[in-house]
Amino acid sequence: MKRYGIANVVTALLLFFAGYAALFIAPDEATMHAIQRIFYFHASSGWAAMEASLIVFVANVAYLAKRNPQWDWLAVSAAEVSLAFWSVMLVTGPIWAHPVWGVWWTWDWRLTLTLILWILYVAYLILRTLVTDPERRAVFSAIFGIFVFLGVPLDYLSIRIWRTQHPQPVVFGGPNSGLDPTMLKVFFYCSGVMTLLMILLVRQRYKLERLRYQTEELRLAVEEHADARAAAPGLRAGKP
Amino acid sequence: MNAARAASIVLGREIRAEMRTRELLQTTIVFAVIVVLLFNFAFEPSAGEARRFGPGLIWIALLFSASLMLNPSFAREQSNDTIYALRMAPASSFAILLGKTLANLLFLCITELILLPVFSVLYNVPLLPVIGRLALVLFLGTFGIVVVGTVFSALAAQARLRELLLPLLLLPVLIPLLFASVEATAGLLGDSPTLDRTWMAVLIAFDVVFFTASWLLCDYLLEE
Repeated sequence: MKRYGIANVVTALLLFFAGYAALFIAPDEATMHAIQRIFYFHASSGWAAMEASLIVFVANVAYLAKRNPQWDWLAVSAAEVSLAFWSVMLVTGPIWAHPVWGVWWTWDWRLTLTLILWILYVAYLILRTLVTDPERRAVFSAIFGIFVFLGVPLDYLSIRIWRTQHPQPVVFGGPNSGLDPTMLKVFFYCSGVMTLLMILLVRQRYKLERLRYQTEELRLAVEEHADARAAAPGLRAGKP
Repeated sequence: MNAARAASIVLGREIRAEMRTRELLQTTIVFAVIVVLLFNFAFEPSAGEARRFGPGLIWIALLFSASLMLNPSFAREQSNDTIYALRMAPASSFAILLGKTLANLLFLCITELILLPVFSVLYNVPLLPVIGRLALVLFLGTFGIVVVGTVFSALAAQARLRELLLPLLLLPVLIPLLFASVEATAGLLGDSPTLDRTWMAVLIAFDVVFFTASWLLCDYLLEE
C-alpha cells in the first residue's frame, strides 16, 4: 500500500510541475497568447479520456470472455474516470473557444464527437445504476459498452462527412499547424502526467468497486442466512 | 432446427400476438403522427422549410416512435414470464433475436407506410417521384434502428425504469444512423433528387457492424 502513497505524491508533484511548465516554460503563442496555455490541459485530458475509454472497451470484452468480476470493476472504474476527463475537455474547450473563436460552442467535428461520447458514457453509467443483479449488470453494461465503442468510428465518419458538406465559420489552423518544439515537449509531458493521473484514479476507483462488491456479497449472505432461519425456526441454519 | 426456420417461427409468433390486439401498432402509428403534427404547430414551416426540415422530421419521428415501440418487444416476455419459455425453446439465441428483430422491422415499416403519406399531404412534399429510392433509404435506416433497438430492448427489459432507459441507451447510439438517413433522405427531396452514395455506404456500414455485433453478443443477451 505504501508504494501507492508514493505514486500519489509523485503524481501530485508531476502535476504541479505540469502546471508550471504550461504557464511559464511553454512559449507565448503569437495570436492567442495566454489563453492558448489551457490547451496543455485540455488536449492532454483528451488523451487521458481516450485511453480510459479504450480500457473500458477492453474490460468489457474481457468480462464477456472470462466472466471474472474484476473486469467489470475495471470497466466501471475506467468509465467513470473517462467521463471525468471528457467533462474536463467539454469545460476547458469553451473557456478557450470563447475568446479565440468568439463563440462558446461550434459544431466542429471534435466538439461534436466529444459531446456524443460524453452522453454515451453517461448512458453507460445510468444503465449500471438501473440493473440490480450484479452479474446481469456486468453483462448488460459490457454489451452496451461494446456497442458504444463500435459506434465511435461511425460517429467519427458521419460527422466528418456532415461537416465537409455543411460549411462552418473559418477558425484557426489549430494547434497542429507548426507547433514550437518547446510547446510540443510541454504538451507531451502534460499528456504523460494526465495518463498517470488517469491510471491512479482508475486504480483508486477499482479498489472502491471491489469493496462495494464484497460488501454486497456479505449483505446477501446475511440476508440468506436470516431467510433460512425464518423459514425453519426450529433449525439453526449454518453456524451462529 | 435451423436458425432460419426458428427465426420464422418466432416472427410468426410475434405477428400473431400483435394481431390479437394490434395495440402496439396503433399506439406507435398515432404517436408518430402526433410528432409530425406537433412539429407543424411548433415551427409552422413554409413549403420550402418543409422540404428543408422534412427529412429530419421524418427520422426524428421514427426514432422516437421506435424507442417507444421496441420497449414491449422484450418487456412483454418479462412481465408474462414467457422469456423462460423462449430460452428453453430448441432454438439458438440468435434465431430468437432475429425473429424479434424482423417482427420489429415489419411493425416499424407499417408505421412508415402510414406516416409518410400523412407527412407528404400535410407538408405538401411530393414523395411519389422518388418512392423507390426513398424506400431503400427507409429500409436500411429502419433495419439499423431495429437491430440495435431489439438488443437494447432486451437489456432495458430487465432494468428498472425500462421505458425511460431504452430511449436513453438507443438514441445516442443511433446518432450516426440519424446523420446518414437524414442526409440521404434530404438528397432525395432536393430539387434534383440524387441518392447520395456516401451516406448509403455509411448506412450499410452501420447495419453490417451492428448486425454482426448482435449476432456475436446475442448469447450473452438471453442467458439466464
